Amino acid sequence: MKELVVISGKGGTGKTSLMAAFASLAENKVLCDADVDAADLHLLTAPVIIERHDFQGGGVAVIHPDRCSACGLCRDLCRFNAISDAFMVDPIECEGCGVCVDFCPEDAIDFPIKTCGEWFVSNTRFGPMVHARLGIAEENSGKLVTLVRQEAKKLAENNQLNLLITDGPPGVGCPVIASIGGASAILIVAEPTVSGLHDMERVAQLAAHFKVPGMVCINKFDLNLDQTSAIEKLASENNISAVGRIPFDPVFTESMVKGQTVLEYAGNSEIRHNIDKIWVNIRNQLVL
Amino acid sequence: MIISVASGKGGTGKTTVATNMAVSMGSDVQLLDCDVEEPNAHLFINPVMEQKKTVYAPVPDIDETKCNFCKKCAQICRFKAIAVINEIILTFPELCHSCGGCVAVCPEKAITETGRELGVIEIGHRNNLGFVHGRLRIGEAMSPPLIREVRSYTPSDRPTIIDAPPGTSCPVIAAMRGTDFVLMVTEPTPFGLHDLKLAVEAVKLLDIPRGLVINRSDIGDDGVRAYAKKENIPVLMEIPFDRGIAEAYSKGRLVVEEMPEWKERFRTLYLQIQEIVG
Repeated sequence: MKELVVISGKGGTGKTSLMAAFASLAENKVLCDADVDAADLHLLTAPVIIERHDFQGGGVAVIHPDRCSACGLCRDLCRFNAISDAFMVDPIECEGCGVCVDFCPEDAIDFPIKTCGEWFVSNTRFGPMVHARLGIAEENSGKLVTLVRQEAKKLAENNQLNLLITDGPPGVGCPVIASIGGASAILIVAEPTVSGLHDMERVAQLAAHFKVPGMVCINKFDLNLDQTSAIEKLASENNISAVGRIPFDPVFTESMVKGQTVLEYAGNSEIRHNIDKIWVNIRNQLVL
Repeated sequence: MIISVASGKGGTGKTTVATNMAVSMGSDVQLLDCDVEEPNAHLFINPVMEQKKTVYAPVPDIDETKCNFCKKCAQICRFKAIAVINEIILTFPELCHSCGGCVAVCPEKAITETGRELGVIEIGHRNNLGFVHGRLRIGEAMSPPLIREVRSYTPSDRPTIIDAPPGTSCPVIAAMRGTDFVLMVTEPTPFGLHDLKLAVEAVKLLDIPRGLVINRSDIGDDGVRAYAKKENIPVLMEIPFDRGIAEAYSKGRLVVEEMPEWKERFRTLYLQIQEIVG
């Protein structure tokens, strides 16, 4: 089985719109939304949820005032300033290290496991999809990303599907690292701006660091042809294959408003030709 | 006053708003770029950098001559960053959350701390604008400690603008928490609205006053405006889609430099926030 992870470094370059377009072109695949922090793919694929599961994150400390002797040891040990003068734990600051729990001489601190999100298995008009929703201000996004990718893989294996297309998060930190480890390849959706170039370079370094082969396509390439060339040059210097360019086109936004993929909404346009070509190049790179 | 600029969805124009407002305020200002995974503000500000420092997270360093392999450190570590197998002790520094539990629990005092590089911080200025940003080391997963380090450069004597990372989880909380106002930047599309709602929930949780900038305000639909009205979030500025703005952005130019008429509008934006915060 092959897994293509679509990432961007910089947010808002068109990752999810393109990923949905590929979803309508690819065969025998499972879709996976690994941008658990701000998942948007479902807005285009309209999933019908068939399984719903809680996501258990780490523990969170809870001090019981009736057992607490206010000795202050927990506060001295907590490196995250999560315990107030009145010995209340701030659940947002609590890192879940449990050090206070283990050291409390009165055994006054519980450490319940938090439910910090949900994950789903769904049907869509493009095939099965695994997605998730991390609770607001929660940690463990990397753990949830790893979980949805594993579940999507299982689903593909059980249904004899040979491709997993994963929508990744922006950035280069914890959830991105969890998204790309072990993938067959990543597709970087870049935009031709100074920020786009800067961020694409960092995400390319990340892919190299984790030894995942990379491809890049440039969205809105005609906004700045110099930056488009700079991105393609950077790609070739870093052994990343440039798989195509897409012009700036308002149909991306228009199709999003209609809840459709760009290919469903503007099936006969120039855009279709560009995206078809990119998908053929990706298929060849993945040896599908 | 500390204003954080946040969005939920990436690519909506956070950096555009943060940088253009910072240079339009007409006073001494501090700009902190807390999007340490993909910092971009410097590309528009072009600050003169004066200082660079590497930031480390403490991780265990085990003195094997003192260790008796009692496993207490491995047992207390909830992040699986220490493993003891017979008379072999291994540490996995990239999994360590720097809680110090192993140091505190070791009965042989065999554990001290060394550093894992999180990234670098650069400090500079452009005229009367102070500038600090962080840059997460490639391969490093944990951005909040580096974000907190950037925020430690918040001055007490002048306004501070924080360019926050996208999303709604720990990095953005680290960037917004304790600020006086969150300026949320969105685009009027279904993706923009969906992620804005998540971001507003996070800001509510932190109980911080908030306002909205609608970027590319003439594309998409009316969902964002209807939501803002329902939630009583004031729309403080609308920026229409303009290919000129998009092209200026692509070259790393500030809107207020390309189109000076915007300077007054960004200054008004700041004054409105000042009035709300009081």
